[in-house]
Amino acid sequence: MATAEEVAKAAERRDIRDRWLLSAPALLIIFLAATGPLLIVLVYSFLTPGSYGDVKWQFSPEAWIAVFLERDIFDDTLSVAAAHVTIFLRSIKLAVVTTIATLALGFPTAYFMATRSEKTRDLWLFLITIPFWTNLLIRTFAVLQIIRNEGIINTILLKLGIISSPIQILYTDTAILIGMAYVYLPLMVLPIYASMEKLDFRLVEAGYDLYATRFKVLRKIIFPLVKPGVIAGSILVFIPALGAYVTPSVLGGGKNMMLSNLIELQFGQGRNWPLGSALSIAVMIIVMVALLAYVRNAGKSGVRHG
Amino acid sequence: MANRFSIKHQPGFTTIAATCFIVLYLPIVVLVIYAFNAATSTSEWGGFSFKWFQSAWQNTQVIDATLRSFQIGAIAAMFSTIFATMAALATTRTAPYPGLTFKYAAINQPLMVPEIVTGVALLIFFSRIKIFTGYSGLGYLIAAHTAFCIPFAYLPIRARLENMDLTLERAAADLYATPWRTFRRITLPLLWPGILAGLMLAFVISLDDVVITEFVKSGGQDTLPTYMLGQIRRGITPEINAISTVFLLLSVAIVTLFFFISRKRD
Repeated sequence: MATAEEVAKAAERRDIRDRWLLSAPALLIIFLAATGPLLIVLVYSFLTPGSYGDVKWQFSPEAWIAVFLERDIFDDTLSVAAAHVTIFLRSIKLAVVTTIATLALGFPTAYFMATRSEKTRDLWLFLITIPFWTNLLIRTFAVLQIIRNEGIINTILLKLGIISSPIQILYTDTAILIGMAYVYLPLMVLPIYASMEKLDFRLVEAGYDLYATRFKVLRKIIFPLVKPGVIAGSILVFIPALGAYVTPSVLGGGKNMMLSNLIELQFGQGRNWPLGSALSIAVMIIVMVALLAYVRNAGKSGVRHG
Repeated sequence: MANRFSIKHQPGFTTIAATCFIVLYLPIVVLVIYAFNAATSTSEWGGFSFKWFQSAWQNTQVIDATLRSFQIGAIAAMFSTIFATMAALATTRTAPYPGLTFKYAAINQPLMVPEIVTGVALLIFFSRIKIFTGYSGLGYLIAAHTAFCIPFAYLPIRARLENMDLTLERAAADLYATPWRTFRRITLPLLWPGILAGLMLAFVISLDDVVITEFVKSGGQDTLPTYMLGQIRRGITPEINAISTVFLLLSVAIVTLFFFISRKRD
């Protein structure tokens, strides 16, 4: 005879089993067409390049060495691969500056939105959501038309006589930076706004009652309370900015490569799939470090605010 | 102003916010205006004209790519929404059980990896399968799109489920409804707005994808975004502006619909 306890246990086991069955299709397709292939990339990064692309099934650490070093073809000595290091540093620098720029612009914007009346808040949220869901390529293309030599910025400056010849913005790092800040701004604003909306302004009032200045209220009360949103926004901007492909392809021209363009090159003309794989894993490692920092930070602030 | 001292005021914030909103929309407005430019070059204004819309409409490559985008988007959105709904039912309204955290992480995993890395991984994986099976159809793109659309479809469905009242379902069970009948008659109708929102999000995400599609597609499988990327790299004509304008209108229409559906619950 089954006791009540045993029956309850069996029911619970059945419930858990059903829940696994129910989530199986989603987990399976994500494993097959997203997570699983990442493991293949890891394996490929330790193989020898084939002559016409793809790989030979032969272990080799060369690809990982080639991520940062280059082998002299005559005497086999290793030296730092200046081109790769430059691209790594440029990508990290551009991703960090983009994050800072979107934060500097996005924080006040989110604050502005959160301090509107309940009714108009939805309208502002809608206005920030539209660019968010508009095709990234189209938005990048829109930036291209604004900043090119015949674009609206140069035309106006020329007409006003401020400059005598167009400023070359397109195909520079600045162009990539402007483009990325433009396309990723909504990704920064939305999570900050989500935190800001819940902000209790009685705390701000209490700050003023205690003779705090506006800046002090911002720094000591508002900022710490919306910090989870700020961190989430920074992560949401940093990850796609580091791996950005469309923006540098369209605005950076051929010379100003970022990591994604370097990776693409290895699978195209470069015909070095192992190196491309090793570079992809390297990008993943940087992203994972950023995510770990986020998780630790989020955990900490979670404890503090209960 | 009624209040001389507003506690919500921060110096300069309104100016920055206003600048942000203008800067967000200005390039898009310029892009749309130039779609109606009669001149062949995009650097001068040659009068108002619909001719670039006509030329895009008559461009078979554009039409093919658009239809392909819709086909992939519709199938991927449908599958990802069904799978996401099932996964959401399996991961909400329960005490934590072994594997729940794993499921959250697995479902959101596509969001954590830069698109370029997923693109490269799928290029390698699918090229192996292509050699092995000889199949080179749209199935690869549909599988890839379904996978990365799942976390987006999952989001609104899960949110809806978590806010849902359990009373009606309990009442149905008390009245001897079978679990399936309870689901069909109670849970599903209540969940419907979330599912619709998820479906639209997934469709927009699929329609917008450039990077993963660029790496996974075989020859002659351009979607509208990858076709446009190729054209922009080759040099620009107002035809791209015209295509972008139509694409924009479509996105805005879907987002507006989404916004109203997901706001409705309050």
